[in-house]
Order: sequence, then structure tokens, then C-alpha cells
Amino acid sequence: MDRPLSPTASRGTFGARGAFGRQLRKYSLQLGIVGVAVFIWLLFLIGSPRTFLAGDIYVAFMSTTPFFALMAIPLTLVIITGEIDLSFPSIMAFGMTAFDVVFVTTKSVWLGFIACLLAGVLAGLLNGIIVVKIGIPSLVATIGTQFFWRGAVMVVTNGQGLGMTPVRKTILYPALVGRIGGLVPAQFVWTIVFAIVVWFFLNRHRFGAHVYLTGDNVESARLMGVNVHRTKVITFAIVGFAAAFAGYVVSEEVLFFWPTLGEGYMLNTLASVFLGGTSVFGGSGTVFGTFVASFIIGAINAGIVAAGLTGFWTSLIYGLIIVSSVSLQALVSRRIR
Amino acid sequence: MSHFLQLKNASMTFGEVAALRGVDFEVGSNEIVGLLGDNGAGKSTLVKIITGYHHPDPGGELYIKGERVEHLTVAKARDLGIEVVYQERALADKQSLWRNIFMGRELANRWGRLDLRGMRAETQKLMNTLMGFTSSAVTPESVVKTFSGGERQGVAITRALYFKAELIILDEPTMGLSLSETKKCLEFVAGIKSAGKAAIFIDHNIFHVYPVADRIVVLDRGAVAGQFMKDELSLQELIDRLYLVAQTGQLK
Repeated sequence: MDRPLSPTASRGTFGARGAFGRQLRKYSLQLGIVGVAVFIWLLFLIGSPRTFLAGDIYVAFMSTTPFFALMAIPLTLVIITGEIDLSFPSIMAFGMTAFDVVFVTTKSVWLGFIACLLAGVLAGLLNGIIVVKIGIPSLVATIGTQFFWRGAVMVVTNGQGLGMTPVRKTILYPALVGRIGGLVPAQFVWTIVFAIVVWFFLNRHRFGAHVYLTGDNVESARLMGVNVHRTKVITFAIVGFAAAFAGYVVSEEVLFFWPTLGEGYMLNTLASVFLGGTSVFGGSGTVFGTFVASFIIGAINAGIVAAGLTGFWTSLIYGLIIVSSVSLQALVSRRIR
Repeated sequence: MSHFLQLKNASMTFGEVAALRGVDFEVGSNEIVGLLGDNGAGKSTLVKIITGYHHPDPGGELYIKGERVEHLTVAKARDLGIEVVYQERALADKQSLWRNIFMGRELANRWGRLDLRGMRAETQKLMNTLMGFTSSAVTPESVVKTFSGGERQGVAITRALYFKAELIILDEPTMGLSLSETKKCLEFVAGIKSAGKAAIFIDHNIFHVYPVADRIVVLDRGAVAGQFMKDELSLQELIDRLYLVAQTGQLK
């Protein structure tokens, strides 16, 4: 049979379902991830009802998940543009090293905090510039910078940590890691703020339109006048900023900066982005998906422990989640095509 | 007839190789020009000069709307209303129709905040008029991956027309399309004519070029082998002539 000429014929069956069906398909990814979250929650509820019926565990989630959710949300942008950043765990420590140096010299927490964020932005900018100007695949470039920044941290700090107790005197401490109403961790609120801001720029701003176009078809985006290079550099810079911010939040929470800060954040951050439905091939992904997936990942960690398994299982399970969610996306997109 | 574009005595050499040799070429302001020629005849070199990608050797002159243009750049060509529709590279597959229509030229306020409502409404309007999509199943939110090849070309052509292109260059738009998709695509090319715009239609396939072109220019080995108005020659006569070109390099 001849292929249908107009989309009318080819989509008649879907058309019958009308606007509701269309909305359903449009948000299928978001609904899917919420479904997964509910399913896992029920699983844990059945597995260890005593833990998951109490409120404490949820406060714990809100306190620890932001450490990587803060990075996973902007990392979604980088992956939508078709690139990847593996250097963010080192940038967490690099930002804190900048804090360390500035704080020790000036005794000012605020100057240190600003230096920390600036260092993160600079490290992210450098990633972006290496990728777009020199043309090195981001996978390789950011593995390189990952080692480089970690090395820089070790050289500057001489492997020595820094006690963070003085920061408790400034407003930054309650503002970033305090407990709002004695209950809700401030970092959870910051995660929501990050999610809303990134969502806005991704979905309601020209920048986000260019992020999607760059990842979908870099050649056509460039031909149509999208500044592909600038778009990519900005996404890397945002991840750098977020990594430094997250590094600061973690250090404040534990009141100590370890030069190894960031190690152990690679897997759960990446798993959050991919489980959230962001395509490893670029061009699609949502902030909402990453946000919900972060909390699934956070819950799995706690769930494993609550279910009586050792912590050694977490890495295995995160790896499994990354591979299976990416495979699932590849299979689904092939079926649609 | 007024000319949108005139190229006089254009030559282009890459090292030792002469890709174009003293070519005169023009496009009327509401004319569809079919550009035929074998691989290596100089079709793409000619197009790249017109789009500002290549600069011809000294001695060549380019006039757009009657004015001499020197040092044409890609951006300048675009400002002057010259748009190229590329076959495979035109659209972002996973994105919605409206995002593709407004690719790189999103409607936004001063701060870059997108005017989603405006872009969707404009897309809907274009769908009903230029694109002829009337089904309720296709909306401005539809993902272009689900469109057929002919429809995709239509989206790319519509986009060019919407952004006030005066001259649309179609580089092998029917390549890889099925018969019915080709038909759809050729309808869009005819739509350029009725919209009062000009087009250069480049194709290997004379059966696609002939029905929509007003004038056909045949390039061979970097030179114009001949050109004629469509009503001067029947399709069969044209085919016979092209055999002649292949043998002698001359149309007559």
C-alpha cells in the first residue's frame, strides 16, 4: 500500500482519543517516572514498613538527596545538548579549595563562598571551551579535567582538610543547610529553587530552546543561526557553578571539607539524569524527570540499607539503573522511529 | 522581468581545479529556476557563491535586487533574503513543529523569555495556510519525527517563506523520498511560486525539476551548457538534449 500522503490518514486512530490522549503521550515520560517512584516506594513500604511509615526517613531523604540533585538538575542540560560532564565531582572539591584559600587568607566566609562559586564557574567554562573550541569529545575532555582539578585540589591543600565550624556564625549556614521550621532541610528548598530556575530557562527561555535544538540536530541548529558553541559552554559553566555550590553545601552540612570531597557522587548524579528520562543521544530530557529520579536514587540508597543489605550493593544497583534506563530509552526510541 | 539575483562571469578555482568557469546566472524575482547537471558540474559551487559560503575569483560580479554586492557572507545573504533548505539537515527530529518553525529565530521578549502562545498560534496559522495540514491530529506540538519526508521538506520550505525569504534554494529536496512524498514536496515548491518568491531547484532528476521549473539551466564541467524556458522544450526534447550535453558539453 502506498504510504499515506497526509498525517491525517496516518494518525486517524490517535486522533480519536483527542486532546486527552495527546496530553497523555506528551507527558508519558513524566508520568512514567512518577510511576516508577510510586512503585519503588510501595516496594520499600512492604519490605520495611517500620522505616518507611515513619517521618524520619523522609527528612533524611530531603537532607542528603540535594547533595547530588543540585548537580543532576543542571547536568540534565549538558546531556540534552548531547555532551557529558564527568568532572563535576572534582569541581565540588575545587570550589571548596578556593573557599579554603580565600577563607584562610581573608577570614571572610562570604568572600570564600563567592570564590568557591567563581571557581566552579571557571572550571565549567574551561570544560566547555575545551569541548567546543578544541573539539575534544566531552567524555574524554571531562575525564581529563576531572583528574586535573582533583590533582590541583591535592596540590593546593596538600591533602589537608579544613574545619568549617566558623561558618556557623554567618547567615549562610542556616540559609543553606538549616532546618526550616526545625524540620525541612534548607538544601531541599534550594534544590526546588534550582529545579524551578533551570526548568524556566529550559522551557520558557530562548536559551533552553537552543539547548534542545543543539542536542537534537547540531548541524541544522547551526545552519539556522543558533550559537551552538555558546550554548554548550554556558551549560558546562552552569554545571560547574552547581558543583561548587553542592560542594559547599555538603561541607557545611558535615562542617568539614575533605579534599576527597565529591568522590562517590558520580554514579548517583548520572543515574538520576538517565533514570529521569534524559536521552543519552541528546535532544530530549526534562528537569522534572531528573528531579523525581534523584529522589528515587536517594531512596534506593536508604532502602538498600533498610532492607538489610550492605552498602556495597548500592554501586551495583546504581550501575544497573544507569544501564537499564539508557537501554530502555534506546529501545523505545528505536520503536518510535 | 526584474531580477532578484544576477551573477556575471563567475569563476571559482580550487588550487588547480576550475570548479566554475565564467558562469552567468540569474534568477527572476518570481521565478523557479531548475539547476541540472552531473556530479562535479559545479552546481553546489554555484550555490555556495550565492549563499556567501564561497567567494568567487576576481572578475566575477554579483547583483542582488539590482545592487552590486561585494564580500557576501552567509549572514549577509540571509539578511538579503536568501535561504537554503537542506534535505537531511533541516529539522530537529525530536522537537515539536513550532520549535522547528522558529528554530534559531524564536519569538521572545527583550529578556529572552519565549512567547510560546505567539509561536504556537503562528504555527497553527501556517499549518492551515501554507502547509495545508488540516487534521486535528497534527498540532503545533506534534513532533516532526512522525512526519513523512515530503511533509518535512514542507516544514523547511514553510519556515523559509515565513521568515521572508525572497530566494529559496532547494538542494536536492526530493532525494530519498517516495513517489507520493515527492509529489507533496513538489507542491510545496509550486507554493513558493504562488507566494511570489523565487527558488533555485537543484536536482539530478529531470522528471522532478521539469514540472515545477519556469526555466532550466544546465551546467556541465563548470560552465553553463545551455538554458531555456520550459515552454520552449518538451520533456522528451530536454532528455534528448541532456544526452547531447553528456557527450559534447553543449546543449545545442
